[in-house]
Amino acid sequence: MHVSRGFHGRRRPEVDPARVPPGQYVTSDFPVLSAGPTPHTPLSKWTFSIDGGREPVSWTWDEFRALPTETLTTDIHCVTRWSKLDTMWEGVSLDVLLGMVDYDARYVLAFSDGGYTTNLPVADLLGGKAWVAFGYGGSPLGAEHGGPARLLVPHLYFWKSAKWVRGLRLRDTDEPGFWENYGYNMYGDPWREQRYAGD
Amino acid sequence: MAGTAVRGRLSWQTATVGPVTDETPRVRTLRLEVPDWPGHQAGQHVDIRLTADDGYQAERAYSIASAPGEPLAITVERLDDGEVSPYLTEEARTGDQLEVRGPIGGYFVWEPGSGSGGPLLLAAGGSGVVPLRAIVRERSRAGSSVPVRLLYSSRSWEDVIYSSEFGLPPGGVEVVYTLTRSQPRMWQGYARRVDDAMLAEVAWPASERPLAYVCGPTSFVESVAAGLVKLGYPAGRVKTERFGATGS
Repeated sequence: MHVSRGFHGRRRPEVDPARVPPGQYVTSDFPVLSAGPTPHTPLSKWTFSIDGGREPVSWTWDEFRALPTETLTTDIHCVTRWSKLDTMWEGVSLDVLLGMVDYDARYVLAFSDGGYTTNLPVADLLGGKAWVAFGYGGSPLGAEHGGPARLLVPHLYFWKSAKWVRGLRLRDTDEPGFWENYGYNMYGDPWREQRYAGD
Repeated sequence: MAGTAVRGRLSWQTATVGPVTDETPRVRTLRLEVPDWPGHQAGQHVDIRLTADDGYQAERAYSIASAPGEPLAITVERLDDGEVSPYLTEEARTGDQLEVRGPIGGYFVWEPGSGSGGPLLLAAGGSGVVPLRAIVRERSRAGSSVPVRLLYSSRSWEDVIYSSEFGLPPGGVEVVYTLTRSQPRMWQGYARRVDDAMLAEVAWPASERPLAYVCGPTSFVESVAAGLVKLGYPAGRVKTERFGATGS
């Protein structure tokens, strides 16, 4: 550890440090990070599909929105170091979606409009830990934040919560997605500070 | 390309602050001397970690301002409510030590050959110019002749970073300014936020197969990237990097 002369920091006494993973700081804003232009897919053309099981399964927007939904309040952690506490979401649990698919794969590659992908273990999508979210803060999820729907996997760094998500590909092996191919961690646990490959 | 991925674990290294340059009243460039710096690509960033004497630490990421092959340098804009940027822009002095980790990022990078020969459009909002400056410098350093247009939006002339460097751009590089809040007397340039009409005038036609790099605050990046798509740029040829908050 190297002390930086004259650095004292600006601690936030109102923030519970137990809720902030190492190397993160709490913001009240909602920064945006993405690699290209924001896609705009009309709801009439939107589908969510899960491939790689015994049969491919797909939902139109109306079919998707007819599924049971949950609202949740959770903290989110971006690898660029901001964390945002008590964010409010509405979405469909991955337990519901994967429960309608016959499969035995251990990994998924989530894919999005614009070509973005990210990889996750199936186990991290089950057990009330992951959603396809379409509402944020009581409103429809804005396009810059991944609307009409994004993956929400708040226990992992937020790049795993793919914006503009359009489906999952079930896989037997863990294949890197977009940022993972550029040196970001295959798993991305903020509490173990797994930002980059090898962390 | 996957070949630019970070390999192995990136460890924290001690950096010594070298010469500092005040670019504007709010922006400072710091050279960081890192004995085992592995080198970087134009457009990448580094993580910076500061440690207080009681062990409290703060980390942030900053774009690299220097070209590959040049000493590592970052250019930092002071955020009034920031924690690390006020230290780097006001407190840190030559000889001080801090920690760096990097380089990081393999997508928003340029090297000779990126874009398969099409011209480069660089669009910067405020301190979003920093990684684009590294690209311009790398183009010169590598002897590339790819035509470059840099559209650079600042609040005022006083806020323009690298103004002397961009005042005499290398051959084949055009710098077009827009000053959104205040302009010098007799200002002949643009004086509004970047909009579709400005992009239509400044951006290379899509038929020339340009490659675009857009960096700045989210609102800037959203509008420029969307405007370029409207002009016919394929989304895959518009690379974006955003910072700051949307407030939404």
